[in-house]
Order: sequence, then C-alpha cells, then structure tokens
Amino acid sequence: MARYILRRVLLALPALLGLVLLTFVLTRVIPADPAATLAGDAATPAQLGEIRARYGLDRPLWEQAVTHVRQVVSGDLGNSIFSGRPVMEEIRFRLPATLELTFVALLLAAGLGIPLGLVAALDHNGPVDHLVRVVSVGGLAIASFWLAIMLQLLFSMEWDLLPLRGRIDVAAGAPAAVTGFFLIDSLLAGRLDQFADALRHLVLPAVTLCLPGLASIARFTRSGVLETLQKDFVLYARAAGYGRVRLAAIYVLRNAVTVTVAQIGLLFGALISGAVAVEAIYDWPGLGTYAVQAILAADYKALLAVTLVVGVVYAVVNVVVDVVQALIDPRVVEQVK
Amino acid sequence: MRPLLSVENLAVRIRTDRGAAEILDDVTLAVPRGGTLGVVGESGCGKSTLLRAILGILPRNAQVPRGAILFEDRDILSDRGASARGRIGFIPQDPYLSLNPVFTAGAQILEGMRRHAPGSRRDHRAKLVDLFRAVQLPDPEAALAKYPHQFSGGQRQRLLIAAALACDPALVVADEPTTALDVTTQREILGLLRRLTAERGLSLLFVTHDFGVLAAVCDRVAVLYAGRVAETGPTRAVLDDPRHPYTRLLLGCHPDRATDLLGIPGTVPAATAQPPGCRFHPRCPIARAGCAAGVPEMQPAGPGHAVACPFQSDILLEPALG
Repeated sequence: MARYILRRVLLALPALLGLVLLTFVLTRVIPADPAATLAGDAATPAQLGEIRARYGLDRPLWEQAVTHVRQVVSGDLGNSIFSGRPVMEEIRFRLPATLELTFVALLLAAGLGIPLGLVAALDHNGPVDHLVRVVSVGGLAIASFWLAIMLQLLFSMEWDLLPLRGRIDVAAGAPAAVTGFFLIDSLLAGRLDQFADALRHLVLPAVTLCLPGLASIARFTRSGVLETLQKDFVLYARAAGYGRVRLAAIYVLRNAVTVTVAQIGLLFGALISGAVAVEAIYDWPGLGTYAVQAILAADYKALLAVTLVVGVVYAVVNVVVDVVQALIDPRVVEQVK
Repeated sequence: MRPLLSVENLAVRIRTDRGAAEILDDVTLAVPRGGTLGVVGESGCGKSTLLRAILGILPRNAQVPRGAILFEDRDILSDRGASARGRIGFIPQDPYLSLNPVFTAGAQILEGMRRHAPGSRRDHRAKLVDLFRAVQLPDPEAALAKYPHQFSGGQRQRLLIAAALACDPALVVADEPTTALDVTTQREILGLLRRLTAERGLSLLFVTHDFGVLAAVCDRVAVLYAGRVAETGPTRAVLDDPRHPYTRLLLGCHPDRATDLLGIPGTVPAATAQPPGCRFHPRCPIARAGCAAGVPEMQPAGPGHAVACPFQSDILLEPALG
C-alpha cells in the first residue's frame, strides 16, 4: 500500500511540471502586454522598457521559463504585478476559503448523492427512481448563477434566514487563523458563535456549488448499484441469507461506489472552476474572485500562481482519490503492480 | 421416513416481454435424509430455476401457480426460504463470480453465519478456520483475511464449499460446482464434496449437465427436460438402462459413452412456446400421433425408477436410437 501511494505521488510530479511550463507559455502568448498594463496608458517607451527590465520581461522566453520553474520549485511565485505583494501571501488567505467551500460542497454532493443513487437503484423504474432522476437532471441543467440568485432572493432577501454574501459576519470577526478554514479555526478557538456564523454563510454557496456534483454522483451511484445487483455474488449473498438492508447498503454499495469515487476526483476540478462563478455572486473571498481580478488586471503572476495552486490541489485530491479507491477495492493495488 | 426435501408438483412461471414462460411444470422430486440426488438436463431445462425456488431467491417476475417445496416438513415456498436459511447450504456454479471482490473471504462467509448460525463472532471464526482446514485450504487462518482474487479457482470453490457448510446445514445444494474448473481440480473438488457430505451425513442436491460428474456423486438422478421430469431413478439404473428417449439420446451425446455421436435433432423449445402434450415429441425419434395430445404420466420402469413416456418398453426395439 505504501508503495502504491508513493507511486501515485511520483506520477503526479511530471504532470505538475508540465502544468508549470504550460501555464507559463500560455500566459506569455496571450496578447495582453503585462508591462503596458502595469505602466498605464500614459507611459513612455522608456518607462515601459524599464518595467520590462525590472520584471525580466526583456529576457528570452526560454530564460524566463527556466527562471520561472526555478522560482516555482523554490516556492516563490513572485510578486503580483498589480499589487506588488507576493502572490503566495495573497493566495494563502484565499485558498482556504475556496477549499472550505469546495470541500463542504463535495461532502454534501457525496453525502446526499450516494444514498440518493442507492435508493433510486433499489427502486429501479419505481417512483423514487423517477423522482431522483428528475432531481439529478435538474441539478445538471440548472445554471449555478441563476440558482445562486434565486437562493439569495428567497433565503436572504425574502425570508431573511441566511446571510446574503461573504464568509463571516464582519461584526463577529474572523477566527484566529490556524488552518484558514473558518469552521475548524472557530472550533479550535472555542468560539461556537463564530462556527455557527461561518456555517450559516456557507450554506447557500455550498448548496449552489454542490448541485451539479450531487446530480452526477447520484447518477453514477445509481448505475453502479444497478450493475452490481446483476452480479452473481449478489444472488449468492441472497442465497446465503444476508439481510436485505445490509446487502444493499454495504455489500452492493461498496462495489458500486468504486466508480463513483473515481468520478469524484474528476468532479473536484469542475467544483473548483464552478467556484469562480459562485464565489463572485456570493462575494466569497476565495481563489475564484482572486482569479477574476487577476484576469481583469492582466496580472499574469497572480494568474500563474492561481493556476498552479489549483493544479496542485487537483493533483493532491486525485492522489487521495486513488488511495481511497485502493482502500475500497483491494484489486486496484494489485493491478498496478 | 419422509424425505428431507420434497418438491411437489412445482410449477414456476416467469413473466417476460414475450409473454409468460413456463420454466417448470409439475416437477416432483425428493432428496432423502443423507441421500444425494442429481438433477441433470441441458441448459434452459429449468435446473437453475428449480434451485432458485428451493433457495428462496426466485427472480421478482417469477410466479408459482402450483406446487410446494417441503423442507424438514415445512413449506419453504411461502416464506421465500426464510425458515430454511442456514439449514440449506448453497454451492454456486462459478467460484470466480460468486464472491464479492471487495470483501475478504472471512467477512463474506461470517456475514451469513452472523445471521444464521448460533454463537459469537469468535465461535464463528474458529469454526470457519476448522472448515477451511476441512476443505484443505492452505493456511486456513490467513485465508480469512484474504480477498477472493488472492485465491485460485479451485481454492475459491473450496471456500464456497466451506461457506455452504458454515451454518451446519442439513442439505447442500450445488449448482454445477465444477464446470468453471479444469478437469484435475474438478476431480478433487468432487471427491472433497462427496467425502464431506458423507462424513457429516448431509443430503445433497446436485445440479449438472454432465453425466460423468453425476455418476461420481449421486445415488439418484432426475432428468429434466423443458421444465418437466422426464425420468427419475437410481443413478446406475438410469445410466445403464435409460428408458426415456430423451435420456437415451442425452447419454448418447456424451463422448465417453457413445460409440458415435448421435446428437439430438432440433433444439430445446423456447420457454414461452412449449409444445403441447409431451414436450419432447417434436424432437423425439419415436414420437407418435398421440404424443402431442396429452401430458405423459410417470410410469414405473423398475425399482425406484420412473419414466414419463408410455412407449418406454418399445424404444428398446427402436434401431434409430442405437
């Protein structure tokens, strides 16, 4: 198992190096000239040249690439062209916000989607199955920005149940940063009021973000369970007199969710990119809003850093998914050998 | 003494898109205490449905319009086998597909024991290790924590035999337990099965399409054709002196026995379109006009030997059958 994990991690590294180079090239071939943006409209050619020299933009592309990779590997992603502050520092406050949101959304999606898929499959072509199908088609079809606005209208404006935007009430203040996850930090600080407040702020964005994921997890689980129910070992287990509930919820589901779990790894990418829109609407101070600002300001340093951080997170999540899969299905480890 | 298991006039119908299929019709057979009965027939003759009826795992779209299954003098049809769970051990056909790949062998077998065998989990584990030893699995202690893919096919079939015996059954039901195995392993598994059932005084219902396997394991045999019993009797009597034209042809198909392969003309009828009268008459070389008219009654053909054909004595004269 340890070797399997090590292998997964090592396999992720070349992918990340590729990502670093690819994003670098991409940001350098886009037409916007960062030096021009930074210098402003009134800049003279001399000023432009000076800025180019200061940021190394006058060097040959390959040299910039090598410098870039070296800096990334050493953990220095440079300063934001826009704000002048180190981008890693800016990201450090925003990454936990996005991760908190996406993890909670993922938890909701899996926590609701897997049971929904299971009951739908057990009621194959019955009323529950149809209901779940409607919900999941709806979940995939509804645009998240529309859903977000509707939820805000109803739950915040109309019924005043949940906060409209933001991550925490300004009056309550943010908990002392340990992990950057407000839910965890508030508990560490013993501040249940902050925890409740952070949770209330999370509900609407997390629900908005989780819906497409929930829908696809429910569908994958449903088809996985239906497929597993056809297997000989299910018939055999019934003949051996397993309890119906235990058979479905443990013996069938564990086989069925191997596919679902693989799906979750892919889904995580969709969640992070979905977070951009959701964060913008709910004014969530995460990577998504940061990325939008960076794009508008042609702040390529910040953009590179965001892409890279998201890439690293994605790679880590997928290693975790691989490990979880191996824990569920022992054959996975042996197949790799 | 009444038999341990008796199937009486059982009919099973399965609703399909193309109408109701009569899978079993008027099947009567019995497994005496300590006895072994082999059920033999081609694919599609209803062997598996018969097993599923006995095990209480008929598919959802199955109906039982007539008949009864009595096990230890209780009707186990009405409660879908619930009262017989643990008392009937099942050895499935395919050891590769019948174990759940993501659970250890121990976990899967212990789950059945947890529900149907007395005693604590610790007792169950100890007993299972003993059984693993009895079925000659290598390293029985470690086998509990191994996953199915870590065993060979023959070992998996041994696991399944151990599982079938785990709850101290009175009857073991085996569905072609050796077809997925190579011939050498097949011999070993059959020997093991015979030895274990004899040692423990268990009754055995053994379903197969292979007369060779049948002769090695069973005292009595029932030949099934298109959902009906064509012939039943002591194994030796049926094999040496088959009376039903179908049995004769079927035995003629066996490469070990036939001097030249005869084959049986035609194919097994579709379950949705069974012929009237004797279901074998469209393929029967000695069929006569009356064969389509009425269902043939079982007639005595020797001690404990009965056959569902009124012309059983004539066929001895029939050169076409060889």
